Amino acid sequence: MMVSDGKKLGLFLLFTPFALWIGLLIILPHVGMFILSLKEKVAPRVYEYGLDNYINFIQEPIYWNTLLRTGVMSLLVTVLTLLIGFPVAYYIAKIAGKRSKGALFLLCLIPLWVSDLIRAFGWILLLRETGVVSKSLQSVGLIDTPIEFLYNDATVVMGLIYTVVLFMIVPLVSTLDGMDNEMIEAGYNLGGSRLTVLRRIIVPYAMPGIVAGCIVVFMLTAGSYLTPILLGGKNSSWFTEQIYDQFITRYNWESGAAFGFVLLTFTSFVVWAGLRLSGQTLSSTVAKS
Amino acid sequence: MVSGATNRIMLSGYRVYMALFFLFLAAPLFSAALFAFNDSLFPSLPWKGFTLDWFFNDTEPKLGMFNDRRLLRGLYYSFVIASMVSLLSIFVGTCNAFLFVRCEFRAKNFFYILMVLPLIIPGVILGISILVMASNMANGVENSTGIELEFLRPGLLLVVLGQFSFIATICSLVIIARLKKFDIAMEEAAFNLGASRTRVLRTITLPFLRPALIAAGIVAFLVSFENFNTTLFLVGSEAPLTITMYDRMVKVGSTPVLNAVSFVLILGSALLAVLSIAVQRDPDK
Repeated sequence: MMVSDGKKLGLFLLFTPFALWIGLLIILPHVGMFILSLKEKVAPRVYEYGLDNYINFIQEPIYWNTLLRTGVMSLLVTVLTLLIGFPVAYYIAKIAGKRSKGALFLLCLIPLWVSDLIRAFGWILLLRETGVVSKSLQSVGLIDTPIEFLYNDATVVMGLIYTVVLFMIVPLVSTLDGMDNEMIEAGYNLGGSRLTVLRRIIVPYAMPGIVAGCIVVFMLTAGSYLTPILLGGKNSSWFTEQIYDQFITRYNWESGAAFGFVLLTFTSFVVWAGLRLSGQTLSSTVAKS
Repeated sequence: MVSGATNRIMLSGYRVYMALFFLFLAAPLFSAALFAFNDSLFPSLPWKGFTLDWFFNDTEPKLGMFNDRRLLRGLYYSFVIASMVSLLSIFVGTCNAFLFVRCEFRAKNFFYILMVLPLIIPGVILGISILVMASNMANGVENSTGIELEFLRPGLLLVVLGQFSFIATICSLVIIARLKKFDIAMEEAAFNLGASRTRVLRTITLPFLRPALIAAGIVAFLVSFENFNTTLFLVGSEAPLTITMYDRMVKVGSTPVLNAVSFVLILGSALLAVLSIAVQRDPDK
């Protein structure tokens, strides 16, 4: 009896910080934001409930075009990040020797801890019209006039890949690390080509890591703010910019809250669809890493 | 099987790819850091010679970062915020680790997913949702009692809470991973020898967790230091460094003093990251 009571007390004490954190900082704010998004101002200090903010969103093509654009570009970034990151993760997990493995992994992690702002700043110094790349190309004689590499979609995609590629590599390395080398050798011994072994053995094994990486990368990309603005300029039309615009510039919190919810629903839907398509669950992927 | 020669060619091709990848990773960091030492008013080529003015000079127009009041204030607030976020996150992360590794309760899986969720909610949305809630509460109290609750307006507390809301998840995951490796027999042995619950926790379990606690604290500190998206909506007059730098970049345009700050931050982050990995390494491995 004593033990059971003690356990209950322990459980209660441990559960309280968790409940306060998730309840007060995650659930309650989102409920509040949802309620706010249903409000509309009809006169100063007079509000009515309705779906007007959402209807407004649907009726204004510029809004949902921006959302679609953000979604498509984020998917593109996710796919490209997977294609670029997978070989790197495979090298670190399977090909590098024991010693260089740790060092390479560390090299991957250091940019992770440097602010988005500094990374974007670095790219700006490299790529702008008076930047290092343009000046170097001029001095070598490859181009005559300075070239502006900033403010186009390709640069935004590249900058985003740079920002998120590490979040793809880390889960991939940890899944591939757990894979037995003999499985790959067995595949070769049975006469499989490189491609077959990759497609039939390595990729299926790494699936939880791939999906986890893709989810995190997609969410980070769709929710990113600094990189699209700094590398894409004022007209990069990223959806988070619209949210910022509604909240801070126009001070229209009701509509900003609605936009926030639209973004959250949209990204959650994409993640859900991705999980369904790959036959994984949230707890077998993201929660595991 | 593939012949040895083609194998070698493919392997060197692979190595070239890896080298290019790391060049890609390093390029913007180098360009951000190196121009701090260029003796010019603009962070761009041509190279006009080496200088430390952007760190230590005390007169305009080449005001060095260690004499720039606003940047130093930003650095100070970043330190304050990051320290508070780390402490809070380690505490909640440790509680969560014991909760999810040691306890059995109903709907544990569901709660576990709830715990991971903040990591994949976009930072911008965490920021605005907390801003909305705090403002609602402040307005409600003000309208009904006339008391203005200053701490619920954008400022230090909201920034700390906003960052904590998702950094707590990161810390929990780091500490959970370590606690899972703990051999429960060690605790049982101590109990059998007559040690009390607190004593076991203090002398056996917590020392075992220490590397993870330190690593979680460092990670929390760094993530808080570099955070921008969530902070942007919650910031009041006490702006942390990333916000100050962003303002400077957008309003004043970039001068090499920003490169000097970048250099210091890159150096600091790199040192802390190495430290966090060093403490996590098992000595007996």
